[in-house]
Amino acid sequence: MFRRIGDKIVCYARRKSPWILHFDTGGCNGCAIETFAVLTPRYDIERFGGLSKANPRHSDILIISGAVTKKIESRLRRVYEQTPEPKAVIAVGSCAISKGVFHDAYNISGPLDRIMPVDVYVPGCPPKPEAILQGLLKALDVWRERYKI
Amino acid sequence: MRGESKEEKAKEKELERQTYSLPVGPQHPMYIEAENLNVYLDGETIVDVDVNVGYLHRGIEELMQRRNYLQNIFVAERICGICSGIHSMTYCQCVENLLGIDIPERAKYIRTLVLELERLHSHFLFLGVVGYEIGMDTVFMYVWKDREHVMDMLEQVSGNRVNYAMPTMGGVRRDIPNHIIPSMLEKLNHLEKRTEYYRKLFLRDRTIIARSRGVGILPKKDVERLSIVGPVARASGVRIDVRMDFPYLKYGDLDWKVIVEKGEDSQARVMVKVLEIFQSISILRQCLKKLPSLDREIKTKVPLAIPKTEAIAIMEAPRGELVYYAMSNGTDRPERMRIRTPSFVNIIYSLPIMLKEQQLADLPIIVASIDPCFSCTDRMTLIDTKSGERKTVDETYLKRLGERRSR
Ligand code: SF4
Repeated sequence: MFRRIGDKIVCYARRKSPWILHFDTGGCNGCAIETFAVLTPRYDIERFGGLSKANPRHSDILIISGAVTKKIESRLRRVYEQTPEPKAVIAVGSCAISKGVFHDAYNISGPLDRIMPVDVYVPGCPPKPEAILQGLLKALDVWRERYKI
Repeated sequence: MRGESKEEKAKEKELERQTYSLPVGPQHPMYIEAENLNVYLDGETIVDVDVNVGYLHRGIEELMQRRNYLQNIFVAERICGICSGIHSMTYCQCVENLLGIDIPERAKYIRTLVLELERLHSHFLFLGVVGYEIGMDTVFMYVWKDREHVMDMLEQVSGNRVNYAMPTMGGVRRDIPNHIIPSMLEKLNHLEKRTEYYRKLFLRDRTIIARSRGVGILPKKDVERLSIVGPVARASGVRIDVRMDFPYLKYGDLDWKVIVEKGEDSQARVMVKVLEIFQSISILRQCLKKLPSLDREIKTKVPLAIPKTEAIAIMEAPRGELVYYAMSNGTDRPERMRIRTPSFVNIIYSLPIMLKEQQLADLPIIVASIDPCFSCTDRMTLIDTKSGERKTVDETYLKRLGERRSR
């Protein structure tokens, strides 16, 4: 009984402060600057309690952009493994979703959902910051359903 | 004997305390491309640095040889999201050089306009990053808030924020209607006022001066020896700018000047970019003034297959000289494409020189001051030369270190 109440409080708090990690895995970094713009005053992710983190061990939500190159693939796997549960993964941009313009390049081993489970897809090349913000809120919902938060 | 070994152990412990044992924390949203630096340390002082790039290698040149000329515009655009306009325009220029055709006057003005808008947004991005790296998040937020005005202008002109898809072979794809010009001029006025504020800030603020003056020196002779390009070279007193040296598009007819600083340090590199923002605003104003009086034609017809020949195109990207080389073979696909980007030269050659004998806490600002187009520096390996130990730190740690130094 008490444990359940405790869990609920933790979960409530967690949903109100999703810490995000952004990782660019070899696109044109257009998606990366748009993800970055989400942190700045006009879009302001802190309205939703979000905070950008550099360390996967501190973060709850992974925002991944870019077609995954071969050199970065193992690093990406490690980032995913280091992120503690419960976590959510957002694929930002057509590169991460379907490899985009790089679909037949020789050094690409993506798309992202072959490498790790993806919860939310944000299409666009690049998506606008508003879309990324919406994707983030969607990820919170997915999260809640999956972990009953 | 035993006493000695005890002493040695204590010594080793002491050394261990000096080395950095921190969690492996790879990515950072600040630098957008992944990249790895091996920094060799003696205590807190940097002895040497190894640059390890290639995390983002996608094989674009090979990809371009398999696509036709029209499809390649969009591949070229996606080489870099920050310099997307200059890449696609240099590519188009290169193909036009292959064909030996000229583009309409209005298209030239529109291309110049988009390129300068791009330079504005890239320079604002850079100023924000510098603020962030020296631990002044307010500066970062201020600058990026103003950057949104530039993004708005780009969206007004092209409909997109990052990959504009403006140029095509033989001209541009969209015209700039007259009715958006007044609002653009208004935004430029606002930006000019804000830039004046940043100029004072980066010139006079005590913290910024303490963190950037005399830090990361790149001597003029090294710049010339290693053929470093762009604002990094201009900050070391080398007058090099493709826009002035080999004028393309409309730069030869417009009134502007090359910014050169003599400081050779991080602050000079920042100041070059701040002053270039004023120049860009002035160029933009001239373009916007000229546009309404021009003929409305924006495109010429081009053939899809190009006879066997070769051509080269050079332009000044926000970070320096960008070179495209193309060889055609009579079909609609290029035989060979070669691209030389400015950041590659600047990162590989200048970093080891600038970082030598510097403090570890100054590393982020030095790396940021050359405006590297690798973002998301994944992590660094620190090697203490005394103990030979390898430890890995993440950017958060470095940033904390930098912040402590700012205080
Ligand atoms: S989806 Fe488009 S903008 Fe995003 S990284 Fe890929 S190519 Fe760049």
